[in-house]
Order: sequence, then C-alpha cells, then structure tokens
Amino acid sequence: MKRLIAGLPFIAAVIFGGFFLWGLNPDRDPNEIPSVFISQPAPKFDLEAIPGLETPGLSRSDLVGNERPVVVNVFASWCVPCRAEHAVLTRFVEREGIRLFGINYKDKPADAVKWLNDLGNPYERIGSDLSGRTGIEWGLSGVPETFIVDGDGTVLFRYVGPVVGPEAVERFTEALKQAGALPSGAAS
Amino acid sequence: MFPEIGHFALALALALALVQSVLPIAGASRGNAVWMKSAQATALGQVLFVSIAFVALMQAFIVSDFTVRNVVENSHSLKPMLYKVAGTWGSHEGSLLLWILILAVFGAGVAWFGSNIPGETKARTLSVQAWISVGFLTFLLLTSNPFERVFPPPLDGNDLNPLLQDMGLAMHPPLLYFGYVGFSIVFSFAVAALLEGRVDPAWARWVRPWTLAAWVSLTAGIALGSWWAYYELGWGGWWFWDPVENVSFMPWLLGTALLHSAIVTEKRDAFKTWTILLAILTFSLSLLGTFIVRSGLLTSVHAFAVDPERGLYILGLLAVSIGGSLALYAWRAPEMEPGGLFRPISREAGLLVNNLILVAATGTVLFGTLYPLILEAVTGDKISVGPPFFNAAFIPMMLALVVFMGLGPFLSWKRADIAGLLDRIRFVAVLAVIPALAAWYLLNGGPIMAYLAILGAAWLLFATLREWAVRIRLFEVSFAESARRARNLPRASHGMTLAHAGVAVLMMGMIGSTGWKSEEIVFAAPGTEVAIAGFDITFEGAEKVQGPNYIADRGTLVVRRDGELVRTLFPERRYYPVAESQTTESAIRSTLAGDLYTSIATPASDQMNNAGAWTLRILYEPLVNLIWIGSILLVIGGCLSLSDRRLRVGAPRRAKKSASDAVPAE
Repeated sequence: MKRLIAGLPFIAAVIFGGFFLWGLNPDRDPNEIPSVFISQPAPKFDLEAIPGLETPGLSRSDLVGNERPVVVNVFASWCVPCRAEHAVLTRFVEREGIRLFGINYKDKPADAVKWLNDLGNPYERIGSDLSGRTGIEWGLSGVPETFIVDGDGTVLFRYVGPVVGPEAVERFTEALKQAGALPSGAAS
Repeated sequence: MFPEIGHFALALALALALVQSVLPIAGASRGNAVWMKSAQATALGQVLFVSIAFVALMQAFIVSDFTVRNVVENSHSLKPMLYKVAGTWGSHEGSLLLWILILAVFGAGVAWFGSNIPGETKARTLSVQAWISVGFLTFLLLTSNPFERVFPPPLDGNDLNPLLQDMGLAMHPPLLYFGYVGFSIVFSFAVAALLEGRVDPAWARWVRPWTLAAWVSLTAGIALGSWWAYYELGWGGWWFWDPVENVSFMPWLLGTALLHSAIVTEKRDAFKTWTILLAILTFSLSLLGTFIVRSGLLTSVHAFAVDPERGLYILGLLAVSIGGSLALYAWRAPEMEPGGLFRPISREAGLLVNNLILVAATGTVLFGTLYPLILEAVTGDKISVGPPFFNAAFIPMMLALVVFMGLGPFLSWKRADIAGLLDRIRFVAVLAVIPALAAWYLLNGGPIMAYLAILGAAWLLFATLREWAVRIRLFEVSFAESARRARNLPRASHGMTLAHAGVAVLMMGMIGSTGWKSEEIVFAAPGTEVAIAGFDITFEGAEKVQGPNYIADRGTLVVRRDGELVRTLFPERRYYPVAESQTTESAIRSTLAGDLYTSIATPASDQMNNAGAWTLRILYEPLVNLIWIGSILLVIGGCLSLSDRRLRVGAPRRAKKSASDAVPAE
C-alpha cells in the first residue's frame, strides 16, 4: 500500500507526459479555432459593384444554384499579402478552372479599380463592401480570407490568411478537391 | 570576438558541469573526500563561465552588435539603453541563458555558503544540480545558441517587442527565474536525500533558506508581472488565469506548501517524505512552466519563439528529471521512517491542512490549465478554460485556507489546548464580522462571495495581529516589556506575522478591485464628458507625440471632482514603426482608496466613422493598490524570515549516529 502511494506521483507524471508528447505534434495548432461557419449557410448579403468597374456586384443568390461549389475571396488593395495571393488565385482560375467571386473589403473604389487593372481581374463578380458590414457577417478575422461555398449556399471551407506558399496551396487544393469545386477534367 | 568568447565559455561551463555531475557523487559513494571536494571548484567555475557568456551577450546588446542574430531579432539601435540591456533576456535564447546563470548561481551558493552541510550530502546535491545544468546547457548549445552570427549583418535590428519595453517587465523575468530556478537547489537536496536514504531536521534546516529565497523572488516576480499587466495591457485587470500566469503560480502555491511542511520536518521531524515530494514537485512545476512557455503547447497571450523541436527536447529533459526523480521517490520513500506523532488539534495538524489545501489548489490550477489539451487529445474538441472556472474552484479553497491561516499560529506543537485556543480567538472572530457588516451596510450590493472574502480577510488580519500581540503580551505588560519581548522574538516569527498580514491586505485589494470595479467604455469625440465613481472626466482631445523609437497618440483627460480639478491624465497609444506593433500606456491616478485608470485606443479612423472619435476606457478600481502593498509585505516578511539568526549562525549539525537517544534511531 505504502509503495503504491509512493508510486502515484510517478504514474501521474507519466500520464501527463503522454498528453504533452501528443500535444507536440507539429500539425497541431492550439491557436487554430474552427470556424463556426463551417457547414453553416453563408450569410445573406447584397453588394453593389465597384463603381468604375465592369464586373457586376455580388449577392448571396450568386453563390447558390451553381453546378459546382464556388470560391469566395475577401481582398483589398491596401492589403499587402493579397497582392501575393492574387497571382495564386489567378492561376487557380486559369489552370484549374475554379469559379472565383470577390468581396472587396473596406477599399476605396478608385484604389480597387487601379489594383485590378494593374494585376488583372480573375473574379467573376465582385461586391464592394465599403462599410465592412458584410465582412462582419462572414466573421472575418482579417484580410485576406477565402471560403468555399457549395450549391446550397453552405460554407464548406475557410482559409484565414493568404493562400501563398506550397503548404497553403496544397491545403487549399485538397479542400477544393474534397468539395468538388474543380471541374472533372481538371481535378485529375 | 566577444560572442565567440561567450560561446566558448558556455562550452567550458558544460565541461565543468559534466565533471561535476559524476565526480562528487561517485566520491560520496566511495568515500573519496577529494572527489567530493571537487564540486566546490566546479560549481564556482560554472558560475564564472556562464557569467562570462552572459556578459558577452549583454555586451553585444549594449553596443548593438548586429552581426549577432539574437541582437538583430531583439534589439534596435534607437532603443533606450535600459531596454538594450534588458533585451539580453528578452528572447528565448537569452532568457534560457539567464535561466542557466541562475542555476549556476544557486549551485555555487551551496558550494560557497554550505560549509555547515556534511560533505556527502553537499557532494550529492551539487552533482544533482550539475545534472540539471548539463541538460539545459546542451539544450542551449544544441538548439538555441544565443551567439549565432548573421552574414551579411543588417543595418539595424528588428526591435524588442514593444510591450516588453517597460521597467516593470525588464525586471520581471530575472525575479521570476530566480524563483523558478531557485527551487532547483531544493530539488537537488531532495534527490540527494533520497539517494542517501535519510531525511532529518538538519536536512530541513539546510533546505529552508534556499526555499525561502526562491519563494521570495517568485512572489516578487509574479507580483511585478501582475502589476505590469495591470498598467501596460490597458484592460485594468491584474490576473487573467492565462496558462503562462498559471504555470508561474503553481510553483508558488506548492513552494508555499513546501515552506510550511519543511518547518514541520525541521521542528518535529515529521512529514519527511511529504516534504521531499513537495520539493520535487515544486521544481517539476517550474520545469513544466518552462516547457509550456517555450513549446507552444497551449494558447497563451505570452508568445515566445515557438518551435516543436525545442519542445521535444525540453519534454525529454522533463521526462528524465521529473520521471527519474519521481521513480526514485517511489522506490526510496517507503523505506524512510515516519516521524513524530501529533494530535488532531496541533500545529502539525494545522500545517497539514494548509498543505492539503495548497496542494488541492495547485491541482485545480494544473487541471484547469491542461484541461483544453487533455480534452482535445481525448475528444478532439477545442475549448479554453477561463476565469469563471478558476474563480469558482479556486476562491472557496483560498477562503478555507484563510480560516486555517488565522488559526494555525495559535496552535502549539504536538497537542494544542482547545479551551485556551477558543478563549483567544473568540474576540477575533467577533471583530472580523464588523468590517463585513460595515461593507454590507455602506455598499449594499456586490457579490455575496465578496462579503465572505471580506470576512475571511478581516479574520486573517485580526487573528494574525492578535497572535503577535499574545506573543509579546501587548497591553498585558508594560510597553517597554512588550518591546523587549518583540526584540527577543525570532525574526522568522515577525516574518510570519508580516507575511500573513500581507495576505490579508492582498485579499482586500483583490476583493475591492473585482467586487466593486466600475468601468466605462466610450467612443468619444473631443469635449465628451464621462462620470464615474464620483469623478467627472472631460476628454479634451488627442495629439501626436514623438518618442525615441515610437510615435504616440496622446489623449488629454481632465479629471474633476465636484467641479474641482483633481488631475490631468495623458493616456497614450504608442506605435513602434520598427516592430510594427502598438502598445497601450494607461494613465492612472493612484491613491490608497483606489485607482482611476484610463486608456485610449486608436481612433475609429474609418471613413465610415465620425472623424476624431476615440475609444476611451475608464475604470475605477477601489483598493487595487493593496494588492501590491500586500505583495510587498509578503516579500518583506520572507526576507525577514530569511535573515533569522537560526539560518545565519548556529550551524545546524546533523545528529551523530552515536549521539543520545533523543534522536530517532536511524
């Protein structure tokens, strides 16, 4: 009995140690908070087009009823990482054939138009969220963020931060495949 | 060249530590006095070489040597000199070097001052201390070399995290580490005792001053960190139950238990294996803290450079040191002899209750801190455990502790006189109700728990003072006689009175500032007026000011009471362009009655919002300064106890085996 009691602290330490070892798994990020929007319907919104740009505006009804899930990207001309992400998203549109919609977040129309003219416009539709109201509805934690929305208007995936670099691109590609957002020809 | 000297000195320190980890302990088991004595030289040598390395790193920071990666990442040529120096321990590598320096200092302290400790015990203790040194020195040299160079050197550095550029925080890590790491030597003593298979009052007496020294610095370190969070983070809170706060608080709780159980071992030769266990666990929790802070295991506001590989290395260190020592404990502790007997109502029993509550409280904090990790491992759910859990679980335990804290010092060893005890505390118990009732009458409102806490704090304060008065027979004999008695009382006794009273004062501060805090958050344009806790505050506007390495928005708040100008406060929101981050500099009008606390946040500058609208946070926190005053009393009480004559002179001698039969048979 005495031996058992004296051994208890050791046993407790071993159990704790096991949890710590598990916790060190490099794939685990304790700061990652799963989005409450995953598997939830996308919020209602109706945004005007950016004045001075031919691309039409964006509302929730544009996201639903498509044959494949679509991608919604929140961007701004003042956001430096967006510039890097822009090239990646353009490549996804051109090579993989994804359908990309944009929400231009708290951006002056003139700046946004100039930015898109300089870098090119991969977006099918862009809504101008000057007030940031729609951003709040989507639960943005910053810019850029990227969502995959399926034909029922359900949010399937959320990526916080720029989709830049091999690791992020791989994760994003995997999510697109799982959602079936890639046209059958390009998905192989 | 200095960085290379520093690096080389670290390697030499490692070599010495390796020798020290083998030779003295081998000497102790073979009875080779020369080998045992070698620990003296190696321990002092270690502290010398680690100091050289530390000074070399500090030199690199002082002259802004941007060929050193650590300086580039954590300093900037424009930074004020004080923070350049403090930058030495502002990073993962530098703070680890400080950790090792303190480890070496405590080892050398035992080597230098421990002339009263028998050779074998001292040799074993210093060897165990060297094992820890070897572990951390290899960690530093292999994974986190602070002297790494960069080529080509950049023109300027990245700046130290601006939040850390603050006097309170510059001093916080050294004190905290001194406490954390100070428990290492107690751990070494405990492991040495287990190896030797014997614990006696003399052992407890050698251990106590080191425990006390570590405890005092840990107390000061935690209080300083809390004070810093209070005025720097701009939320007006002083404790957030953040994982990193918790990991510094757990060794403190257990260290407090250890401090008290060591008294029983010293005075009554009881609680022996318990004291050993506490000594091991206290340092284990310090190590756990180091691991959690540096591995990114839990979500915390304290972000260190996080690297899973380093985490794995520290986990290995933990497994060896904690697992090894607890296995040794499981093996050797049952063979140790139980100590003196005592009655259910006695000083020993009181201290036992104290220990049980403190250990339960530590367990609660540990559980709450690690629960998110455990839950995620078992179910995959992610949650965070916040203040509601800790407050609900922790505060009732502390209230129970306070009841016994007031009672304990009245109890005599072995067997207390219940009738006499009741006679002495009756008056105090009645007296303690008065402040609680007065608060109820004057404030009518506030949480019921707060009133119970007032009752507890008043009970503790009055009981502590009463006990002190009984000792010096205040009012029973003439004042001159009482003064003479007070002079003759051991300093440790005054220390206890002061520390216990400090806890009562601390509690009052906590109760006032949480139970009766008022808070206003306003979006204010210039000219806005806010009324809070009897003050009328006018926001006159904000202007841009330029600091040495920052730009700030400084608000002007004129504080009036009944139309009379009280004070003008200038809270700031600073922007550090190099580090690209912002800090809040709150402006506080501080009095004993309470703090008027103001902070300002960036204007809601969007084109959508009204121009010139700022976010002001204004709080009134009654009695909050008592928290710091109470902490200071704790520290002074600890220092007073540390300066007790018994610990300085009258070297405790271990009872000879052949000595009188008053000593329990070996």
